Amino acid sequence: MAEISTQAATTAVVEKKEPWFGKKERKLLTDPIQSNNPITVQVLGICSALAVTTQMLPALVMSIAVIFVSASSNVTISLLRNYIPKQVRMIVQLVVVATLVTIVELVLKAANYPVWKQLSVFIGLIITNCIVMGRLEAFAMANPPKRALFDGIGNGLGYGAVLLIVAFIRELFGKGTLFIGTPIAMHIIGPSNETTRYWINTANPNSLFYGYTNNGLMVLPAAALFIIGILIWVQRAWNKKLVDVS
Amino acid sequence: MELFNIFLKSAFIENMVLSYFLGMCSFLAVSKTVKTALGLGSAVIFVLGITIPINWVLNEFLLTERGIFKTDLTFLRFILFISTIAAMVQLVEMVVEKLSPSLYNALGIFLPLITVNCAILGSALFMVAREYNLAESTVFGLGGGVGWFLAVVALAAIREKIKYSHVPPALRGLGMAFILTGLMGIAFMSLMGINPAELMAASGK
Repeated sequence: MAEISTQAATTAVVEKKEPWFGKKERKLLTDPIQSNNPITVQVLGICSALAVTTQMLPALVMSIAVIFVSASSNVTISLLRNYIPKQVRMIVQLVVVATLVTIVELVLKAANYPVWKQLSVFIGLIITNCIVMGRLEAFAMANPPKRALFDGIGNGLGYGAVLLIVAFIRELFGKGTLFIGTPIAMHIIGPSNETTRYWINTANPNSLFYGYTNNGLMVLPAAALFIIGILIWVQRAWNKKLVDVS
Repeated sequence: MELFNIFLKSAFIENMVLSYFLGMCSFLAVSKTVKTALGLGSAVIFVLGITIPINWVLNEFLLTERGIFKTDLTFLRFILFISTIAAMVQLVEMVVEKLSPSLYNALGIFLPLITVNCAILGSALFMVAREYNLAESTVFGLGGGVGWFLAVVALAAIREKIKYSHVPPALRGLGMAFILTGLMGIAFMSLMGINPAELMAASGK
């Protein structure tokens, strides 16, 4: 414990001479996106990644919520880290996270009711999203607020990146659209209007290409597991350091 | 009979892991060997069986308009539920340590991990959403725990066997666990839509 605090103290002293956003800070931000990704490497926060990725919009909202919660809870716990007794640290962490999540939930409910309805339980489950707790326990309890802030944002971004990749594949192949329900909605597999209607497969009025039917598998949660499994495969084939040796 | 139906439903038809995909993190992290899976699985049954009734009582008597404060305090639900779960896990840890040191050593690090298992908080939120009464929610909690236990032991058994097959190096371990869970989830989808109450009524005739 003493070792950690002296280490933290020395880094704090060194940082005064370094630029505000130096190499170390950039590493904190970019590491979790690829080589230390929370989902594909640390295996944290899987539940919500499966549930909210059927469409791009909920995935985007969820990523923003997680970035906010993970960054601000990291800063809060990092500020409090010297005052929290070890025995009750879990409860303190959970109360901080639960408060922040409640704020996010109320803001989202006021700002965009349909999306709030769609995400319902899963916004609440950010509390038990292991990314947030895991980073609090592993990083924020031992590091000064500035570094904790970048670590929180970085891990939120890494989570968001995987979420958006999975949601992109699932919405495109499952529904033939992207960002449906927003002003920038795109019907990749074809807009349905009067001139194109005769092209259209009666089973699927949104499809421009004759014979294309929506892939029902992609809408199932199981598809998210397959896609993340394949993502892990691709990432590990590319980055040999991550391969499981056992 | 009604209670038995809820048990069957929460354990198999609406399995927490394989139908709702909750509690995934610890499910994937702990399913490397059957032994650890058994330990964490039984701890989850225990914690779910205790926390769901307690959360039901707290929700009913503190948060709703029927409760002590006569006002709608449901916006405090997350904080109340998660603190109850954290406190109960801490309490369970202390009790198990006093009563049975051997079980405590067997469960070891897995007990505190349960706090952040989203199946626990998820069940508490489902219990509120489905408006179960006290007896129903207790059975729902136990059934959910049993379902989680069976699923994690099954995955651990498959992962122990698959070590002997020829999996591409980059897919070994975590990647394969994801794909296996997906396949198990698809298998569990065949149970969806089964209504135990109707089946029993039909067999009664």
